[in-house]
Amino acid sequence: MSLYARRLLVNRFNLMVSLFAMMFGLFWLAWILFTLFEAGFQALTPDLFLRTTPPPGGTGGLLNAIFGSLFMAAAGTLLGTPIGIMAGIYLAEFGRRGWLAPVTRFINDILLSAPSIVIGLFIYEAYVVHVRHFSAWAGIMALALIVIPVVIRTTENMLRLVPDSLREAAAALGAPQWKVITFVTVRAAKAGIITGILLAIARISGETAPLLFTALNNQFWSINMNAPMANLPVVIFQFAMSPYENWQQLAWAGALLITLSVLALNIFARVFFRNKTPVY
Amino acid sequence: MSTVANTIEGLPRGLSDMSRVSKPIPDASLRKHYRLDQLFRHATCGFAFLVLALLVGIIATLILGSLPAINAFGFKFLVTAHWNPVTEEFGAVVPIVGTLATSFIALLIGIPVSFGIALFLTELSPKWLRRPLGTAIELLAAIPSIIYGMWGLFVFAPVFATYVQPALTGTLGAVPLVGKLFQGPPMGIGILTAGLILAIMVIPFIASVMRDVFEIVPAVLKESAYALGSTTWEVVWNVVLPYTKVGVVGGVMLGLGRALGETMAVTFVIGNAHGLAGSLMAPGSSIASTLANEFTEAVGDLYFSSLIELGLILFVITFVVLAFSKVLLMRLAKQEGQKT
Repeated sequence: MSLYARRLLVNRFNLMVSLFAMMFGLFWLAWILFTLFEAGFQALTPDLFLRTTPPPGGTGGLLNAIFGSLFMAAAGTLLGTPIGIMAGIYLAEFGRRGWLAPVTRFINDILLSAPSIVIGLFIYEAYVVHVRHFSAWAGIMALALIVIPVVIRTTENMLRLVPDSLREAAAALGAPQWKVITFVTVRAAKAGIITGILLAIARISGETAPLLFTALNNQFWSINMNAPMANLPVVIFQFAMSPYENWQQLAWAGALLITLSVLALNIFARVFFRNKTPVY
Repeated sequence: MSTVANTIEGLPRGLSDMSRVSKPIPDASLRKHYRLDQLFRHATCGFAFLVLALLVGIIATLILGSLPAINAFGFKFLVTAHWNPVTEEFGAVVPIVGTLATSFIALLIGIPVSFGIALFLTELSPKWLRRPLGTAIELLAAIPSIIYGMWGLFVFAPVFATYVQPALTGTLGAVPLVGKLFQGPPMGIGILTAGLILAIMVIPFIASVMRDVFEIVPAVLKESAYALGSTTWEVVWNVVLPYTKVGVVGGVMLGLGRALGETMAVTFVIGNAHGLAGSLMAPGSSIASTLANEFTEAVGDLYFSSLIELGLILFVITFVVLAFSKVLLMRLAKQEGQKT
């Protein structure tokens, strides 16, 4: 075989392999989604949203878990977002000099990918051990700690995309710097920052590991912030691992719910705010 | 008007010089805004500092929590394989080996696939398909890890045990040196399954970094290679990949960091056995799965603090890997800045 033919062959072969790699990736996504719909769809009944988690063998729904998940995700986001946005503003607007900004940026990127189970351990050691009980507060703190790095990263990136001429124009009109930032740059970057928050919500909605040692789980309806609170991921974990048919059925329904909402949030964030968004 | 000019970052005289201006600011409104500026700056700075405090806090708490275990076992903790809550003898070898083995399998499969995906997305795919396909791959990263775990245990493991594992034992199991790794009863769960599922989970991270760094290769470089008669593959392999190798390694490290700390997916499928079986088909445990399974049920201070020490080890390993990844990616960014 001539050298030329061999090179063409190698080229064609490798490009075929690349096509297969792409299909390999999509194959798993399709398989997982198919499984979720197949196993979870029939359990999507009104009962799921109206009744609390049943004892083994009984009937019930996931009301307390759905509420707990929504509540803790919302509270965690509310707690983490302002901190993340403020720190992001520092990195983007004041952090062009000095040592604090580069170090913070470096540490933040590491915290962004740090194992979430370690975050759970940290809250357990720092809070749960001292108050001597698992609680919704602890779960919220753990989730907030996961939100912070995501929001810092997107806020900084989005603020940096705002052209300096905008800041200079505002300053030339006599605006003090805090006004320039809050009324001009942050506003200009609003869409991107909201994308970051949405992605952070998507990220914490499915987190299980940090909640295992903090919010734990609750079989019953509870809105007591100082008591363990039910949440979808931990309920799914417990129910899926159990030998009871009805619990496993509910676990699949919960899995479908979580996945659909997380994927919907992700797609929404990506489609409606067409900025380049990194994966987390 | 110099006061206003001074408040803009990036101009020669910044805020830090302002504080050294000895002249009092005459105008009351200017003075108010100057004070507000300082307040705002310090507030944001405080929140940035909080991130550092957080890291220090995490490390300090974990070290404090694991002190009893460190005192009791010392260095032996890292080299013994016993894990016996009854006699309170603990060694971290099994979880550490499990963590490293599953992550290694994940990278072994994940890297070539991610490269193929990145190649497809940057060179082969029609323009209009790039965005949807890229998003679809990134959605793999969005699926919660507990879903991977459930799917892996109930759907993937039975299929794997029926069709793939016997085939592997029959073929690779007969190879002299590595054969032993693929022998054992086909149970569907175990180190190999956990590694495979981790591979699917790290693909989106590695592929998206690879795609991003492939896109920064200057078109001139690729066009020059094409003009010399290179095929698409030769351009990617001999021009694009060498140009971006630092970034690619950074992306791989990012994926590795993810794989090391992954908890729920691994907990479902690894089998949770404390033993070194010497086979990839056998159940094992990783650091994260041991924590998820045993932490809430642990009794006794020593048991407890041994688990926390495991967490500390995990954090240190991922910290080093991620820091390395970050340094590499920063080097690439710098290089990019110099060349353009």
